Amino acid sequence: MVGVTLAAAGPLQSAVTIQLGIIVAYLLLALGVGLVAYRLTDRTAEDYYLASRTLGTVVLLFTTFATLLSAFTFFAGPNIAYGLGPEWILVMGLMDGIIFGVLWYVVGYKQWLVGREYGYVTLGEMLGDRFGSPTLRATVALVSLFWLFPYVMLQQVGAGGALSALTNGAVPYWAGAGLITVFMIVYVVLSGMRGVAWTDTLQGLFMLTMVWAAFVWVLSAVGGIGAATDAVASTNPEFLALGDGSSSPSLLGGGAYSLPWMLSQAIGIAFGVAMFPQVNQRFFVANSEKVLKRTMALWPVVVLLLFVPAFMLGAWAAGLGVPMPESGNILPGLLAEYTPTWFAALVVAGAMAAMMSSSDSMLLSGSSYFTRDLYRPFVNADASERREDLIARVGVAVFATLAFVASLFNPPSLFVIGDTAFGGFAQLAPPVIVALYWSRTTLSGMLAAILGSQLFYMVTTFTPPAGETTTVLGVVVPGVIESFAGWSSSVVGMLVGLALVVGVSAVTSASVAERPSVLQGPADD
Amino acid sequence: MPTRTASLAWGAAFLLLAALAIPWFLWNDSTVVAGLPVWLWWHVGWMVLASITFAVFTQHGWGVWMGGWSA
Repeated sequence: MVGVTLAAAGPLQSAVTIQLGIIVAYLLLALGVGLVAYRLTDRTAEDYYLASRTLGTVVLLFTTFATLLSAFTFFAGPNIAYGLGPEWILVMGLMDGIIFGVLWYVVGYKQWLVGREYGYVTLGEMLGDRFGSPTLRATVALVSLFWLFPYVMLQQVGAGGALSALTNGAVPYWAGAGLITVFMIVYVVLSGMRGVAWTDTLQGLFMLTMVWAAFVWVLSAVGGIGAATDAVASTNPEFLALGDGSSSPSLLGGGAYSLPWMLSQAIGIAFGVAMFPQVNQRFFVANSEKVLKRTMALWPVVVLLLFVPAFMLGAWAAGLGVPMPESGNILPGLLAEYTPTWFAALVVAGAMAAMMSSSDSMLLSGSSYFTRDLYRPFVNADASERREDLIARVGVAVFATLAFVASLFNPPSLFVIGDTAFGGFAQLAPPVIVALYWSRTTLSGMLAAILGSQLFYMVTTFTPPAGETTTVLGVVVPGVIESFAGWSSSVVGMLVGLALVVGVSAVTSASVAERPSVLQGPADD
Repeated sequence: MPTRTASLAWGAAFLLLAALAIPWFLWNDSTVVAGLPVWLWWHVGWMVLASITFAVFTQHGWGVWMGGWSA
C-alpha cells in the first residue's frame, strides 16, 4: 500500500516542484528587474508613475496588453469558448482590435497631447484642471477607486486560489495570496512604472510564445486542425455556426452570442478598458508620437495572434471531451491531457504570474489616483516632489494590504463589484470623450453625467432581476430591469451619460474657473 | 490642419471596420474551410485589414479631429 501511495505521489510531487520552481524563478526575476529599474528611477512622482514618459513601442504595447488581458486569456476566455463556443474571438476582435484601437487614438492620443503640454499624471488631474474643479477631480478618482479596489482583490483571490490548488493545499490560500501581495508590494514600491512595464513586456512575450506552443502541441497530439474541428462538429455542431442559433441576426433580444449580446460585451468592455486607471494612465507615458502610431497599427495583429489560438483551444477541448477540472479552468485540463507535465506547469505558472502583472499596474495607478487626486489637493497641497514620491510608494503598500485583507474575508458584495468593474469604468467614457472634443461642455454637465450614469449602472446591476426582491439590512429592495431588449445596462448607461453630459452642458453656462483652452489646444487660444 | 473631407473619410473607414468585425452576413453559417469555420477566416482577414488601415491612418490621417492640437 505504502509503495503504491508513493508511486502515485511521485509524479505529482515533481509536478508541484516544477510549478513552484517556475513561480519562484518568476518572482526572483521580477524582483531583479525591479532592482535594476529602481537604480534608474529618479525620486519624483512623474518618474515613478510614468517612467518620465519614455516608454518605447514594444514596452508600451506589451505593458498595456499584459496588464489587461493576462489572466483572461488563459482562464476565463478559453472557459467561455469551452462552454458557449468560440465566437468570443469575434467579440475580442471588435472590442480590442478595432474599438480600442480607435479609442487609442481618440482618447489616448488626445490625452497624450494634453498631458505632455501640462504635465498631467492622471485623468482626474486633467479634468479637474480643465473644469477648474477639485470636486470633479476627486469624483473621478473616487469612482475609479470604487471599481478598481475589488478588481485588485479578485486578482489576489485568483492567485491565492491557484497557488493553493497547484500545491494541493500545501500552501494554504491565505499564505499564497499573502506571498504574492508581499512580492508585488516590494517590487512595485521599488521600481514604479519602469519596472512594471519591463516585467509586463517579459510576461507578454512569454504568454504569446506559450499560447502558440500549446496550440501546436495539442494539435499535433490530436492529429491536426481538421481532426480537432471535426471532433467539435460531431459533439457541439452549434459551436461552429456563428451566433446564438437563430436563423438570422437581430438587433433586439436574445441571449449569449446574439448580436445585441456580442455588441454589448464588445462596446461595454472596450470603453471600460480605456477608462481603467492602469490603461488610461498609459496614454500619458509614450515617449513620442511614433510609439503611439506603431502601437495602434500593431494592435489588431496582436489581438489576432493571442486570442485565436487561446480560445480555439477552449472550443476544441469541448469537442475532444476533456472534462472541466476541479480548478474550474479548462486550459490547464486540456494541457494536462495532451502535453507533458513540465509544459503544462509552465503555462499554468505563466498564467499565475500574469495575474500578478495585472495587479501590479493596478496598484501603481490606484496609488497615483489616491495621492495626486485626493491627498495632494485636499490634504497637503504643498507636498514636495520627494514627499509625494514617498506617499505614492506608501500608498501602493496600503492599497495592496487592504485588498489582501479584503480577499481573506471574501465578501460576496466585493465580488459582484469586481466582476462588473468594466461596465462601471465604461460609464466614465462618454463624459470624458465629450469633454475632450466639445469645448462647450460644462462642469455641471460633467458631474451630472458621471454621477447619473454611475447611479443608473449601479441600480440596474446591483439590484435583483426584475420581478424579484432582496432584503438588505431589513429593507426590501425591489428588482430593476437589467437587460434592455438584449442590450446590457452598461451600454444603456453610457447612452444615459452621453445624454446627460450633452443636455446639461447645453442648458448651463461655464463657471469662471473653467478653462476650455486646456483641452482645445494651443492653436485655438 | 487636416481637411474636413479627411476627417469624415477616416470616421467612415473606422465605422466600417467596426460594422463588419462581426460578419453578421455569415450568421448561423457553419461551413468549415481548412479546419476552421469560414467566419473565423473572415476574422483573420479583417484583423489584418484593420492593422493595415491603422498603419495607413498613422501615416496619412494622423491629426484629424485634434482641433487646435494638430496645427
